[in-house]
Amino acid sequence: MSETRDNGPVHWTVETQTARLFDDSRPLVTSSGGVLHEVDVAFETYGELNSDRSNAVYICHALTGDAHAAGYHAGASRPGWWDNLIGPGKPVDTDRWFVVASNLLGGCSGTTGPSSTNPATGKPYGLDFPLLSVSDFVAVHRRLGEHLGIETWAAAVGGSLGGMQVLDWALSHPQDLRNAVIVAASSRLTAQNIAFSAVGRHAIMRDSQFHDGRFHEHGTSPDRGLSVARMMAHITYLSEEAFAEKFGRQAQSRELTRNFGVDFAVESYLEYQGQRFLSRFDALSYLYLSRAMDYFDVFADPDALALVTEDPVNFLVMSFDSDWRYSTKDSRRIVRHLEGARLPTTFREIPSPWGHDSFLLEIEPYHATIRAFLDRAWERR
Amino acid sequence: MNARADYDLITQLVPERSRVLDLGCGDGELLRRLMDKGCTGTGVEIEPDQVLKAIRSGVSVIELDIDHQLDEFGDDSYDVVILSRTLQAVHKPMEVLAQIRRIAVHAVVSMPNFVQWRNRLRLLRGRMPISEDLPFEWFDTPNLHYTSIKDLEPLFATMGFKIDRRIPLDAKGHAHRAGNLGANLLASSALYLLHADR
Repeated sequence: MSETRDNGPVHWTVETQTARLFDDSRPLVTSSGGVLHEVDVAFETYGELNSDRSNAVYICHALTGDAHAAGYHAGASRPGWWDNLIGPGKPVDTDRWFVVASNLLGGCSGTTGPSSTNPATGKPYGLDFPLLSVSDFVAVHRRLGEHLGIETWAAAVGGSLGGMQVLDWALSHPQDLRNAVIVAASSRLTAQNIAFSAVGRHAIMRDSQFHDGRFHEHGTSPDRGLSVARMMAHITYLSEEAFAEKFGRQAQSRELTRNFGVDFAVESYLEYQGQRFLSRFDALSYLYLSRAMDYFDVFADPDALALVTEDPVNFLVMSFDSDWRYSTKDSRRIVRHLEGARLPTTFREIPSPWGHDSFLLEIEPYHATIRAFLDRAWERR
Repeated sequence: MNARADYDLITQLVPERSRVLDLGCGDGELLRRLMDKGCTGTGVEIEPDQVLKAIRSGVSVIELDIDHQLDEFGDDSYDVVILSRTLQAVHKPMEVLAQIRRIAVHAVVSMPNFVQWRNRLRLLRGRMPISEDLPFEWFDTPNLHYTSIKDLEPLFATMGFKIDRRIPLDAKGHAHRAGNLGANLLASSALYLLHADR
């Protein structure tokens, strides 16, 4: 990480690295029984690991995130996706913490996923890629820790699907984590949530360019389906209030012209979000990662809390009052399980009009809470 | 008012290594002191600045509304519930007491005494009581209910609590020198150690 002061504000230049974490000598066996003989993982690190390796923090990203959580890539005008939270002097303070962020298994930003080349065939895996679970993501995170020489993480932090990984990790391997920060997440998706994901996947799989997942070999991609999936998902990431505030019934041009094209401002916004998504996301990754969320139900096992009660992790759970995709009800369910098992659990519902997207925004009480929690973790590391 | 004096008393009353739920935990100081005694537990608070202070001090806090959301806690999930200077400010004291009784066998409850002699004097002069325990103007008070010690204790009985100890407090929150003698007249507030009669 280096500092440049060219354009006023301090820009931290960061780079994505890649490591081969599983190979023939040590393949990854997924929870579905699939075997992957090559798993590369893209990751970034910020700050410095201290000599007793007690200051490491893991960042778990959400459905469409990547390893570039903070700082600026060389020449980039926009920082990483959680740069408002992570950096020097920020709530996840890289002046004290050694922060690691990685791209998920099954992702499409440098980590092995369904569009990577299957070494057995020389062609992209497509739908031959094994189905993934949140526990597989955690297995790969743990292996990255091993690669970096980190046995214990002072904290793991994640929002949405990232929070699900943190929860799964804390319950399955509590010895790895001292603190767990779970934001806008759920222990299991509601039927409504699964329904939204299903429609998104249908849009992709019914696109004529999907070719049963072999679209790379056909030199094409199901762009229409993927952009429709993104447009619909985006609706669920904002609150009604946020849509009203941002767009209302405003016309895209000066006045409404009554046609089937993009007439309302909100339509233009969705169109833009859908199109922009195509340049950075892969349809197969969308299928695999969203499906992993559907099946996640971490408290279904009656012994889910057995390990963590033996080796308690300190939990911070947060929700946003206008988030209807992963609502306060979902967070409270997590809290009831954890607190009911006598685990040290802190919960806050943060007022914010921005819906699920709030976890990515700089909302003062939200960031102040993470800061307070991690400041305390720093003293007790 | 100096809350720390009654925190001393409560810290003494709660057995070591108890699991404690502190309803209205403020900045978490009482729980932190109990944690030093080997207790574990959770604070409940709704005032955002206080919640942050409690988190910063290492206390686990669950942000919720005592009036409506105590259902979040399981039956018998704690050894002791503390409700310090809060019962007078909840909407439905009977419901809150019923929840406390469900959550733990033991409870520590304190409440200001509206009929302490200074308050009676103010009333005789035609003024509403304002004291260290009742520091608010009538138009700017979080308090919804006013009681005397004599009127409070029958409610505990009605709600199925036995009084193990009653400690009348002076205006500074220390145990009153007169003890239980004339408490209804002399005590500025009273602290109770209760157990659920079940």
